[in-house]
Amino acid sequence: MKAKTTVKKTKVKKTPAKSRKGSIDAVKGEKPGHWILRLYVAGETARSLTAFANLKKICDEHLANRHSIQVIDLSKQPELAQNDQIVALPTLVRKLPMPIRRVIGDLSNLERVLVGMDLKS
Amino acid sequence: MVHSPDVLKKAPTGIDGFDEITGGGLPQGRPTLVCGGAGCGKSLFATEFLIRGALQFHEPGILMTFEETTDDIKKNVASLGFNIADLVARKKIFIDYVRVERSEIEENGEYDLEGLFIRLDHAIKKIGAKRVVLDTIETLFAGLANQAILRAEVRRLFNWLKDRGMTTVITGERGEGALTRQGLEEYVSDCVVLLDHRVNGQISTRRLRVVKYRGSTHGTNEYPFLIDEDGISVLPITAAGMDYAVSTERVSTGIPELDQMLGGKGYFRGSTILLSGSAGTGKSSVAAYLADAACKRGERCMYFSFEESASQVIRNMKSIGVNLEPHVRKNLFRFHATRPTVHGLEMHLALMHKMIEEFKPTVVILDPVSSIQNAGTLEDSTSMLLRLVDFLRRKRITGFMISLTSAANKSMEATDEGLSSLVDTWLLLRDVELGGERNRLLYVLKSRGMAHSNQVREFVITSHGIRLVEAYLGEGGVLTGSARLSQQNREEAERQRTKEELARKQLAMEHRRKALEVQIESLRAGFLAEQEEFAREAANSQMRDEQAEMERKAMAKSRRVR
Repeated sequence: MKAKTTVKKTKVKKTPAKSRKGSIDAVKGEKPGHWILRLYVAGETARSLTAFANLKKICDEHLANRHSIQVIDLSKQPELAQNDQIVALPTLVRKLPMPIRRVIGDLSNLERVLVGMDLKS
Repeated sequence: MVHSPDVLKKAPTGIDGFDEITGGGLPQGRPTLVCGGAGCGKSLFATEFLIRGALQFHEPGILMTFEETTDDIKKNVASLGFNIADLVARKKIFIDYVRVERSEIEENGEYDLEGLFIRLDHAIKKIGAKRVVLDTIETLFAGLANQAILRAEVRRLFNWLKDRGMTTVITGERGEGALTRQGLEEYVSDCVVLLDHRVNGQISTRRLRVVKYRGSTHGTNEYPFLIDEDGISVLPITAAGMDYAVSTERVSTGIPELDQMLGGKGYFRGSTILLSGSAGTGKSSVAAYLADAACKRGERCMYFSFEESASQVIRNMKSIGVNLEPHVRKNLFRFHATRPTVHGLEMHLALMHKMIEEFKPTVVILDPVSSIQNAGTLEDSTSMLLRLVDFLRRKRITGFMISLTSAANKSMEATDEGLSSLVDTWLLLRDVELGGERNRLLYVLKSRGMAHSNQVREFVITSHGIRLVEAYLGEGGVLTGSARLSQQNREEAERQRTKEELARKQLAMEHRRKALEVQIESLRAGFLAEQEEFAREAANSQMRDEQAEMERKAMAKSRRVR
């Protein structure tokens, strides 16, 4: 219960399909210090599930109550791939705080995710 | 050969000449690799393939670019006369710029390139694409670290595109010892096209070669290509084909006396004429006459000059009474002046082909071919000219080549030996120095298939035009110019003198005759007088005789009486 994510669909595992446009609108109007993370996946593959699980774990540990995770399933919303320059999947995009950062892969190396996302100096 | 129902179908590229050498274009529904070094024109090739596909063959296409942004591409192709923005607006072309920046991407764990697939799939569905260009997918290898994943994914991508029946062009940068840096040729087994940009002696030539084309015959030569305002033109220049029909039609040389020397009618249409001569012998003038004659017949003439500019030639020709300007205005005469060192030989040939195809002249003049030899080796230039001559003959274009021979070279006829076998008619202009003057001589060295004059004529350029005067052939050899004139004067004076002498002699004879006649008259008069004298004497003597008789009778009479 620690991780209070503002994502509309936190239950990505079951319904990744329903992440609709609303998830993007969530970017604006967040208070400072708030992290907006967007995870791009394609379908409910083992790799996307792993990536989400890993991400959730990190966020719960390091960004409790000050992050939102949006999961975008490109197999349902392929038009969104171009905007964020998605090539590889899964891709994690840190929209806020600036600058934008990307991590590709299933985030299995937790330590490196922390460094990559500037969660650990 | 077995024609199975699924014989390889081809997607025409619409690129000038490329479809000819591949027998129809790229393999339909399969990937083709177009590779080459930086700046060789591979992106342009790919883009033109897409644009022409959309415009000419109603096949929408996706341009997935990894290097240039959409704006860059719009600008690039706009300079080649394509309005890609319009095609994008009409949903005939979809441009997707894929940006992969290594510094912005952190890799962590397993991934695939499904994102790329999704983007492509989405775009294909959106516009109903039949063609895809990936330019250049190798950028991914620089942007992403995990080569093992990349290779597997690229292979999967090509197969995926094949499954969807996309005619795909993949570009790749040429690598060390391999066609592409990342060995993309391993994944593309259907068709590989290699573009090349070679510099030889500071002259660059673009070339294209179809390295591989599975299931299809294709020209294996290197073909020069050029990039101009119409995009890419590949110029398939096939080597000497000799199966062309020849014409018996004759075309005037524009110089009546030269026509006369060539069996009275001039050159054969579609034949090749070589005019060689040293500097300043009036070679270009002969060419200008030919051009003028052709244009006056309403035919087109193309003049390739490698030394003089158009206005220079036109001005100079005006001074000898040939005005080419009206022909230029009527679009019967076209002039193309370039330095031979601007391009390589192949490119020259290619350009000439293109321009000749475009303008469709009946007479082509090359002035001079000897400077083409400066752009390459002698063998190269001879083979290039051979191919040009073959091309002209096939098109029934009368080719007129001017060759500048060095004045120092005594055996001028040997200089152009390589060209001799190519040409049908060979005219030689020579200058002779005599009596402190330099004069020009023209003769027909050979002319296949016609009775031609064996005379050496003096070639005189006046402000009214060219005249071919019969040269004076005397004991001292050929006399020309003033020497010929003075010789002619001398002869004239000699004739005059003889004539006068004769007249004088005739007069003397007349006098003598008259004197004789007078003499005869006086003799006759003397004779007559003598004759009269004699008659008178005879009469007197008779009278005396009669008187004596009478006296004798009277005496006798008187004696009897006593």
